Amino acid sequence: MYKLTHLKELESESIYVLREVAAQFEKPAILFSGGKDSIVVTYLAYKAFYPAKIPFPLLHIDTGHNFQETLDYRDALVEKLGAQLVVGSVQESIDKGRVKEEKGYNASRNRLQTTTLLDTIEEYKFDACIGGARRDEEKARAKERFFSHRDEFGQWNPKNQRPELWNIFNGRKNMGEHFRVFPISNWTEMDVWQYIYQENIPLPSLYFTHERRCFLRDGQWLAAEPCMTLKPTEEVVTRRVRCRTIGDITCTGLTISEANNLEDIIREIAATRVTERGGRADDKRSETAMEDRKKEGYF
Amino acid sequence: MSGYLDMELLRFTTAGSVDDGKSTLIGRLLYDSKSIFEDQLEAVEQASRNRGNEEVNLALLTDGLRAEREQGITIDVAYRYFATPKRKFIIADTPGHIQYTRNMVTGASTADLAIILIDARNGVVEQTVRHSCIASLLGIPYITVCVNKMDLVDFSEQVFAEIRANYEEMARKLGIRATLHFIPISAKYGDNVVEKSANMPWFSGGPLMQWLEKVSIEHKMGYDSQPFRFPVQYVIRPISDKFPDYRAYAGRMSGGVLRKGDRVRVLPSGLESAVKAIMQTDKELDTAHTPESVSVLLEDDIDISRGDMLVGTEGPQPTVTQVLKMHCCWFNEAEMQLRKRYLIRTAVQETIGMVQSVDYRLDINTLEKIEGVSSLKMNDIAAITVKCANPLVVDNYADNRTTGSVIFIDPDSFETVGAGMVQL
Repeated sequence: MYKLTHLKELESESIYVLREVAAQFEKPAILFSGGKDSIVVTYLAYKAFYPAKIPFPLLHIDTGHNFQETLDYRDALVEKLGAQLVVGSVQESIDKGRVKEEKGYNASRNRLQTTTLLDTIEEYKFDACIGGARRDEEKARAKERFFSHRDEFGQWNPKNQRPELWNIFNGRKNMGEHFRVFPISNWTEMDVWQYIYQENIPLPSLYFTHERRCFLRDGQWLAAEPCMTLKPTEEVVTRRVRCRTIGDITCTGLTISEANNLEDIIREIAATRVTERGGRADDKRSETAMEDRKKEGYF
Repeated sequence: MSGYLDMELLRFTTAGSVDDGKSTLIGRLLYDSKSIFEDQLEAVEQASRNRGNEEVNLALLTDGLRAEREQGITIDVAYRYFATPKRKFIIADTPGHIQYTRNMVTGASTADLAIILIDARNGVVEQTVRHSCIASLLGIPYITVCVNKMDLVDFSEQVFAEIRANYEEMARKLGIRATLHFIPISAKYGDNVVEKSANMPWFSGGPLMQWLEKVSIEHKMGYDSQPFRFPVQYVIRPISDKFPDYRAYAGRMSGGVLRKGDRVRVLPSGLESAVKAIMQTDKELDTAHTPESVSVLLEDDIDISRGDMLVGTEGPQPTVTQVLKMHCCWFNEAEMQLRKRYLIRTAVQETIGMVQSVDYRLDINTLEKIEGVSSLKMNDIAAITVKCANPLVVDNYADNRTTGSVIFIDPDSFETVGAGMVQL
């Protein structure tokens, strides 16, 4: 008797969406952050087009504040897939005066990425950017479509989204506009981990327990890397930690954990009472921080 | 660990009038299945306090947009996820207001089950009829009627029985084909939501959660008896040294089952071939089931591209036609105009088309069929006849929700302005 598991159904849906992108757009790209979600999207794209190569480049917006492990993983993956890599540099945007570095202890380049992203999209004329955002992550993302329209300023208009029915996706647009496409919209954090486990997908070492110099700020452990400005009262200590999500160093919270394999991680997540974005400083700036950033063109 | 990998997925949508307790029910399902996390609850508590609400407002869990929070209403579909040890669930939480019918249609289009909430004090009201009508039009296989706020009618068996009888009568009139199920609940106190209620010993059925866990999902797996349908999405041609002549047709199984060696027909051309291989990445399959994404290699080198459909050589065939009759829900502020050009799109085909006639508009409050209509306003539901520039390959929506559905795209703004369910 055939059994349709939730992972099989989710995988089929995501592969269908990725193939729609290839069929409907001229110049799509995968937004690759080095986090588990964009890794899963890239893996699904590999599956969707095999034995042909993935018909899109990977686009990485580099804040200049990335963990070295993320960059190493990215480069190894690109080589393995024979894919093209495009890097948009936030440092370059700062040097060119397109954006201004934030000041203070909580300074982050998270928001500055939006300008670099939109500039890169324009430079390369990308008409669809495929991202690993999921609806379970955050309340504004819960409202996202699979095919999400962006106007020529890169803005999202959440109050007037195109209705999206059945499996018919409308990628029609005018010149200068683009789409953000989210193939794993319907996956939860747990689904992603279960799938990584089922498919045995390699991950950056940051997701597993390791010793790291870190410090505590507002109840959240952060990495004590050179790009972080410590307050006089903050003390650097060494802890065994792992990342539950990976972003830029300045907004990636670390979890005290001994989990060193996927089974341990799945058990840890099954027992946790805090969402993965609970450790993301970028979401805590206001009640609708994500919606506000998304309207501007954020991921 | 294997338990985690072996679950099924059920998609359901919720509908009800504004104060029927929809958000409370969803909040309760999420809360009791431990799908609300501490930081989410804290954020909602904080936001409730900021608004001067005395109780924690669970609706803030689903109403994520700034405008929704300001106005205290749901504008757009929000998707929520929870899991029990048996199943994974996707909830499309849709707005109750009449001006957001289009959003309800969106949320309901992929649902396996619809929960329709009825306030026990009010019984079947206009909204109930409207939501049931939409659920039925969209071919949702299961409708579960939750009679809520039973605590306010002293958990009366008679009240429940009367509402049930009224609903069944309405369903007969509407011609609803979905499997109906009725549960008396109190979302606020949790009666018959996750746990069986001690206040309603007269109810012999199980609680809602148990029903959601055991409803059959066979309808989406393309049983052997359902005709095989495979719309071609994309042609995979690596053109590499290792795969010089490789050509595979990529798509998602949209009906029935496909086996290696099966004879297939290509529509609209009518050419035939046999299945040489079914691939899932580098793994060869003997059989593909709906709704798997696979790629298909054929024995013969024939012309096939995106928009074509592979079907069986035996059994019921789809219709290849330029003139289609369909039920339509209009979505846009700009009215639907007769003989205006629209882009008509199925999952993989697109053509220019125009609406030749509105056969009738359905008044969804009275269920009256109004004839002599020449345009459609936002949220209208009607039966129309469409003429297309090129033939489309379609089934009746009642037979296949994937190959029987179309959308209308405005050729200037490119917005999705309407949805159609084919009824040839």
